Amino acid sequence: MSYTSKSPWIIHYDASSCNGCDIEVLACLTPLYDVERFGIINTGNPKHADVFLVTGSVNEQNVSVIRQIYDQMLEPKVVIACGVCATTGNIFRECYNTLGGVDLAIPVDVYAPGCAVRPEAIIDAVVKGLAVLEKKRADLDANRGKITASTEE
Amino acid sequence: MVTSTLLVKIVGALVFLILAPVLGCLLAGVDRRITARMQHRVGPPLLQPYYDVRKLLAKEDASTNPVERIYIFMYLIFIIAAGCLFFSGGNFLLVVFILTLATLFLIVAAFSSRSPYAEIGASREILQVMSYEPMVLLVAVGFYMVTGTFDTAGIVSGTNPVVCYLPLLFLGFVYILTIKLRKSPFDLSMSHHAHQEIVKGITTEMSGKTLAIVEVSHWYENILFLGWVALFLAWGSWIGVVVAIVLTLLIYLLEIFIDNNFARVKWQAMLTSSWWIALVAGAINLATIPFIMNLF
Ligand code: SF4
Repeated sequence: MSYTSKSPWIIHYDASSCNGCDIEVLACLTPLYDVERFGIINTGNPKHADVFLVTGSVNEQNVSVIRQIYDQMLEPKVVIACGVCATTGNIFRECYNTLGGVDLAIPVDVYAPGCAVRPEAIIDAVVKGLAVLEKKRADLDANRGKITASTEE
Repeated sequence: MVTSTLLVKIVGALVFLILAPVLGCLLAGVDRRITARMQHRVGPPLLQPYYDVRKLLAKEDASTNPVERIYIFMYLIFIIAAGCLFFSGGNFLLVVFILTLATLFLIVAAFSSRSPYAEIGASREILQVMSYEPMVLLVAVGFYMVTGTFDTAGIVSGTNPVVCYLPLLFLGFVYILTIKLRKSPFDLSMSHHAHQEIVKGITTEMSGKTLAIVEVSHWYENILFLGWVALFLAWGSWIGVVVAIVLTLLIYLLEIFIDNNFARVKWQAMLTSSWWIALVAGAINLATIPFIMNLF
């Protein structure tokens, strides 16, 4: 395990959640769950974050915002869809303004179901996301080596 | 004799260069754990600040503009220069000025990104510098009036700790130390706590390696500031040094306590309160130095 998975910093974005899932995300930071034990910090800044937590379904208004946040995050990064709304669109799926799950806007790495998603499920999803983060970092390192090798030739 | 003092100076500078990041990292880790305990949490591992920096170094390399990292690098270099000068017994006044120059580089780096968030952070950093600088300069004047030298080696070599002569200036200095350490209620330009209003102020646009350099600079900076506190408390013997270190750590504990118990103030309150304290504490203390000197 490298240092990447020892300090996953999070950015949380409320797409169009009913706030049920948002409150559960914040509950993870309380003394009861205390995710800072794992080095997790809620940064609120895409340029500092490694893990992108999205709650709620994507709609026409915020799809560009989600893509913007995703693009501003530096590799390696993972996206976690928190709650059924974020995974599939849930009961809002058929609404005229709703597109559906977050994976319609950006690539999602881990899905955490639940309505509302439980804090345990979020922590579990982040831990799963760490494995993905690790793999992406290894790929990044490998590519980095490749690029320098090709320039040297 | 000349070579031996030179040797002592070089050793002092090297000790700072090598040990300050290690101690600064541990200090940051202890700080986060104590903070967590004060909030009834378990808190991160002791080496969490180190893990954070290693992670930041492994991130993709990106920057808003080509000069930002150069400015941040100069920030680190000048902090190290100031620290080496301080711990090798150099001129305290020069240390203060070099450190101000370092902070200027941080401010320029934030402005160079042209981002509104970073610019707000940079403006607030300027206000912080304006708030603490008068007090720091008065402290330097006080040191000179008591010991007759600006050299840190001369200041600590007396028979009594300088704080005996400068009690009010010391209290005023502890007040502005909260600003210098960027702790709540004065963490206006950049907060160490998660998810703030103006999200990460001066570091908003910094990422990856640049942010890692900022973190390492803070480790150096914090040790240097604690050195300033110790300068008040130490006197010219081994016991004096040990007592100074213990008391300095207690003062840092007090800062963590303040950090966790006060909400952030507006910049007006920070600026006016620190100027008033500097004016009152400085004027009274400097005026009474001759009388206090007679007591000892
Ligand atoms: S999954 Fe349920 S609780 Fe979460 S945002 Fe959707 S409706 Fe609200």
